[in-house]
Amino acid sequence: MKQFFEFVKKECFHIFRDRRTLMILFGMPVVLIVLFGFAITNEIRHARIAVLDQSQDVLSHGLVRKITASTYFDLAENLRSEKDIMPAFKKGDVRMVIVIPGGFQRNFIRERKAAVQLLTDASDPNTATTLINYANAILMQYQQEETGMKHLPLTIQPEVRMVYNPTLKSVFLFVPGVMTLILMLVCAMMTSITITREKELGTMEILLVSPLRPLMIIAGKVVPYILLSFVIAIIILALGAGIFGMPLKGSLALLLLACALFCLTALSLGILISSVTNSQQTAMMMSMMGLLLPTILLSGFVFPIESMPLPLRVLSNIIPAKWFIIILKDIMLKGSGLRQIALPMGVLSGMTLFFLVVSLRKFNIRLS
Amino acid sequence: MTQPAITTHALTRRFGDFIATNAITFEVAQGEIFGFLGANGAGKTTAMRMLCGLLKPSSGEARVAGFDIYTQTEKIKQRIGYMSQKFSLYEDLTVKENIRFYGGIYGLSHRQIREKTGALLGKLDMEKEANMLVSALPLGWKQKLSFSIAVIHDPSIVFLDEPTGGVDPITRRQFWDLIYESADKGVTIFVTTHYMDEAEYCNRISIMVDGKIRALDTPSALKQQFGAATMNDVFLQLARAKS
Amino acid sequence: MQPIVVQHISKSYGKVSALRDVSFTVGPGELFGLIGPDGAGKSTLFRILATLVLADKGQAFVNGKDVVKDYRAIRREVGYMPGRFSLYQDLTVEENLRFFATIFNTTVNANYDMIRDIYEQIAPFKDRPAGKLSGGMKQKLALSCALVHRPSVLFLDEPTTGVDPVSRKEFWEMLQRLRQRGIPILVSTPYMDEATLCDRVALIQNGALMRIDTPTAIVEQFSTKVWAFRASDTWRLIRDLRAYPGVESCFAFGEFLHVVMNADPEKVKQDLITEGHTGVAYQPANAGIEDVFMALMRAQTEIS
Repeated sequence: MKQFFEFVKKECFHIFRDRRTLMILFGMPVVLIVLFGFAITNEIRHARIAVLDQSQDVLSHGLVRKITASTYFDLAENLRSEKDIMPAFKKGDVRMVIVIPGGFQRNFIRERKAAVQLLTDASDPNTATTLINYANAILMQYQQEETGMKHLPLTIQPEVRMVYNPTLKSVFLFVPGVMTLILMLVCAMMTSITITREKELGTMEILLVSPLRPLMIIAGKVVPYILLSFVIAIIILALGAGIFGMPLKGSLALLLLACALFCLTALSLGILISSVTNSQQTAMMMSMMGLLLPTILLSGFVFPIESMPLPLRVLSNIIPAKWFIIILKDIMLKGSGLRQIALPMGVLSGMTLFFLVVSLRKFNIRLS
Repeated sequence: MTQPAITTHALTRRFGDFIATNAITFEVAQGEIFGFLGANGAGKTTAMRMLCGLLKPSSGEARVAGFDIYTQTEKIKQRIGYMSQKFSLYEDLTVKENIRFYGGIYGLSHRQIREKTGALLGKLDMEKEANMLVSALPLGWKQKLSFSIAVIHDPSIVFLDEPTGGVDPITRRQFWDLIYESADKGVTIFVTTHYMDEAEYCNRISIMVDGKIRALDTPSALKQQFGAATMNDVFLQLARAKS
Repeated sequence: MQPIVVQHISKSYGKVSALRDVSFTVGPGELFGLIGPDGAGKSTLFRILATLVLADKGQAFVNGKDVVKDYRAIRREVGYMPGRFSLYQDLTVEENLRFFATIFNTTVNANYDMIRDIYEQIAPFKDRPAGKLSGGMKQKLALSCALVHRPSVLFLDEPTTGVDPVSRKEFWEMLQRLRQRGIPILVSTPYMDEATLCDRVALIQNGALMRIDTPTAIVEQFSTKVWAFRASDTWRLIRDLRAYPGVESCFAFGEFLHVVMNADPEKVKQDLITEGHTGVAYQPANAGIEDVFMALMRAQTEIS
């Protein structure tokens, strides 16, 4: 046991004497959270729009007021004819044009059917879709208000409520995403690098010739990183809650347990990488390409899994990050208990066990 | 008499409180083989870096190939060749590719490179290995190739930092044949080594102890001065006397 | 029981054969030197003995234990210093030493007598990171770390490479003192002059042992007559002698050239003077290990 503690102590010396890496490790979560939280948001506010109101009646004026009253849209200009539409887009600052054809109010009341045309600049498709969605939501709401007032029969009143994230804050998606990313980076990449560093230095030769068992060598190297990544996880959670008001509906203990489990999964991946590589550079490339990119692309963090083609949806199942993000969202936003997240927890545990067994078998008692 | 290849006067380099090279003064003549000896950490590498224009001195003066080491480092770099035990060739390039690369960075024309490549491979008896990766060559061959490439642009001075460490005894001597041959053509050789028998092959040697030059003369004069039978004994006397 | 027994060991990496049918024995308390240049196969042999690499053919025993089957027991008993500097550069001298003591389940204090001689020389720098030590001090620290668990056999792979003559001499003096304590030591070096400091040596080149004996016996058995020549212009002398009829080999050795030839040296001297050489002198050379090594190397190349 003394051997083990001495090993952990040595590893801590390495970590704390490498000031630059340490700064990156602790600075990165903060920078990423702030970046994702404030800058790279897919919420759109104050998009400039133009209106071509060919009806010019009470109802159409009401609609325009309703739309521009939201924080999403700002009225840039009122157009006079259809010929003005294209030039308005070409000037570049107008993102959407709302066209209200003539006789809007009459059609709405008499025929219970009135058309509104929404034109968007689809050169940026994501923004265009989001704008359409916002506008649609406002239109629906306006329709309900107006029809409700007139007590018209036979209208279906869909009532939309965004549950769990009523204000549609994207931060709630990014905090779990960034946390997953950072834990993957710290645990998997740092472990694989620290183990291959010993191989490069030649110290692995001495460690192997010592009576230390391979399990002890690996555990000794990994334990400090578990602690480190746990601290980082807590920092991210605190940032999420403190700055962005990320809720925690479920139990904190369960959340921490899930974090610990994911750290283990990432570590076992790191060990696996180090057991098949001999240089720090290769280990780093493998962690980047093999772990970070899939974590970003296939975990549902940036791109929704539901909208992926089937092969990618299947592939996303073997990405540990996907399951961890599910767990995080369930616990924090839905307040799920252990029973509801049993499946993803089980998947992560299974993966961890698998990686550990494979890497322990791969870890050589000899050099070649 | 031509001007000396290297002159230094009270050349000094400090790192914080530590004086790595302490006011060294010497001259190396054109075409001379000058052995630059000293214990690990005596300041050899620092001095060599300053002379190659890689490190600014703290004080003192020095001229290499007639150029000032403070202001004319670019000119110096064109006139010198450098080879060390650690810095070798690109292991993942072939012999020919290495030659072409180094010829290229010193601005040789395609024709010059082609001619030099042929002559160099012929001299080293390496025609068959021309398209082999450098990593597949034995250490001694690499070092001989490395030296030949260090002089490919006909520099007037070559700096060699422990060029023969770990090389087998025959190849080590073949390496020195190359050095002699270059010196014979008028190239100045500035060499460090831990093999004391190699110190004897130099025209003159200096021995550095703790940043200062403690001895500077021909090998036979030094042996006489210290009443020693071999250069190894001279070295031990000097380096041990410090503590 | 012989502490180190190597029997017909061969090892190849792909097409390159690193070791070819190597056999030798190191006796109790013996300082055994493996002398040869880089790439001769020394490190591979050390790794096989340290149970880190498996041989393709042959057997090896350390303290009577098989390096393949009993690797775990051997790992507890040997002290191993790999070829390159393998300590933690960012840990201090003291931290390195304590770490290596602990992983062998012992303490520095328990075995301090083992390392006192060596460690006292670097103790003034015990708070300095190992990466900032000079070459000679790094070697002393590495040796202390290899000794701190009181090994019964010591494997030192090129401990003096790249180290200046003074530190090398001190290092060998330490090895002599360790030998007096009865610890068998297998040490490798590319410096031929260090051969004379060993009890017995094996000359290794291209993965094969060319000769195993005491340094004196190796030199005495060398029957070839070697002449030492000198003249004022060494480079011209080398070229002229190599072109001289009957000269087999001519290499620089310190201030002289060592020449193996079928010719009368006095006649050679006269011819050289006629050709314009000045300061020509000759005498019978005291052939050393290096002469033998070079002769054996040439013989090896001729066979293959």
